[in-house]
Amino acid sequence: MIALVDYGAGNLTSVRKALTALGADFIVPSTPDECRNARGVIVPGVGHFGATARLDAPWRDAIGGVAASGTPLFGICVGMQWLFEGSDEAPDTVGLGAIAGRVARLAGDGEQRLKVPHVGWNSLEFRGRARLLQGLTSGAQVYFTHSYAAPVTAECVAATTHANTFSSVVERGNIFGVQFHPEKSGDAGLTILGNFLEVCA
Amino acid sequence: MLAKRIIACMDVRDGQVVKGVQFQQLRHAGDPAELARRYNVEGIDEVVVLDITATLESRQALARTINAVAREIFLPLTVGGGIRSEDDAAAAIEAGADKVSLNTAALRQPDLITTLARRYGSQAVIVAIDAKRRDGGFAVFVRSGTTDAARDAVAWAKEAESRGAGEILLTSMDRDGTKAGFDCEMTAAVSDAVDIPVIASGGAGSVDHFADVFTRGHADAALAASIFHYAESSVSELKRYLRTHGVAVRL
Repeated sequence: MIALVDYGAGNLTSVRKALTALGADFIVPSTPDECRNARGVIVPGVGHFGATARLDAPWRDAIGGVAASGTPLFGICVGMQWLFEGSDEAPDTVGLGAIAGRVARLAGDGEQRLKVPHVGWNSLEFRGRARLLQGLTSGAQVYFTHSYAAPVTAECVAATTHANTFSSVVERGNIFGVQFHPEKSGDAGLTILGNFLEVCA
Repeated sequence: MLAKRIIACMDVRDGQVVKGVQFQQLRHAGDPAELARRYNVEGIDEVVVLDITATLESRQALARTINAVAREIFLPLTVGGGIRSEDDAAAAIEAGADKVSLNTAALRQPDLITTLARRYGSQAVIVAIDAKRRDGGFAVFVRSGTTDAARDAVAWAKEAESRGAGEILLTSMDRDGTKAGFDCEMTAAVSDAVDIPVIASGGAGSVDHFADVFTRGHADAALAASIFHYAESSVSELKRYLRTHGVAVRL
């Protein structure tokens, strides 16, 4: 059973539908304790980093605890940003800190018409092997919608460039994250979600 | 490289897609979920569902339609048509929409843009602008194009951005339904004035119209309806054409 964490993130319905389509056994826990028995935890997200403030102490402790015990943890978009230490978008909101580094605003490039927010389909440039990316090839296109992004760190297994190059997929041990929306990225996205379910199986 | 997006729009009434070409007016264009499934296979990048009746009764039908489409395809889904309040937007998003498109309501109560952007994020809020050329500028109209809003499209787009809109859906009333091509000058004027993506709409009739609006029109995305419904031009053919003409697309 997978725990899909509801902290008011706007894409909960979409992630739920995608998991249902994949035949996943999942719950939306109403208390942090319900995460403790899960085989995997998904933190969705879209919009503002400040929304993760609702993942306050009991939730942070429960999710951090299961991740520390080896349970796979998957952050999507703002949920992935939350895996880092924090974001310039909401400096007072502290991230989980499972991955070192800070999320910063994309610069864009007016001359090249690279706008921010970065909205649309962009490609994943693979950087090494990743369980999350099984069945896909470098250059696969996925749907992004964000203005802030995580730096390229040792955990980066795929990067994307939109004026800046940023981490679009991170993976280290049982910690996984994607900056894009696998629940909105057609077949490529479903493959990635399915890979996470495989990791949890 | 960020791909230019191709968006299919479905005008929906009583749970059916209705926008057709003139000589097929009596025929429904089909079931929304079925059409969405076909578009997905063909490689559409996004889908917009527009409730063209937007009556109280149509609200429930719309929620069922959104739900059915969102179950079929795992692509960004925008819902528009008669979204007048935070509750209307919440209902659409709960049913499975990723973004809502505001038109008349955004001009009447611009605070709604900000309210929704705060609640769902800017990426969930599209401001739709219907405009036509007038006196060297672009005049905005509301209430399905029937009422002069006494605003200029470029100025209004900038204001919408500053209030929290995440994208602009710009429809040329001069070109809508004509299949004479997008209004590239108007699209470029708005796209150059804002930092958020601009979706061009109105006038798509052939594959080269799309190439035009992405190059001369500086559009980030292009939207069309009947050209896709009746498979006059399949999405995959369109995208192959665009790629050979130097436009980055998702294939």
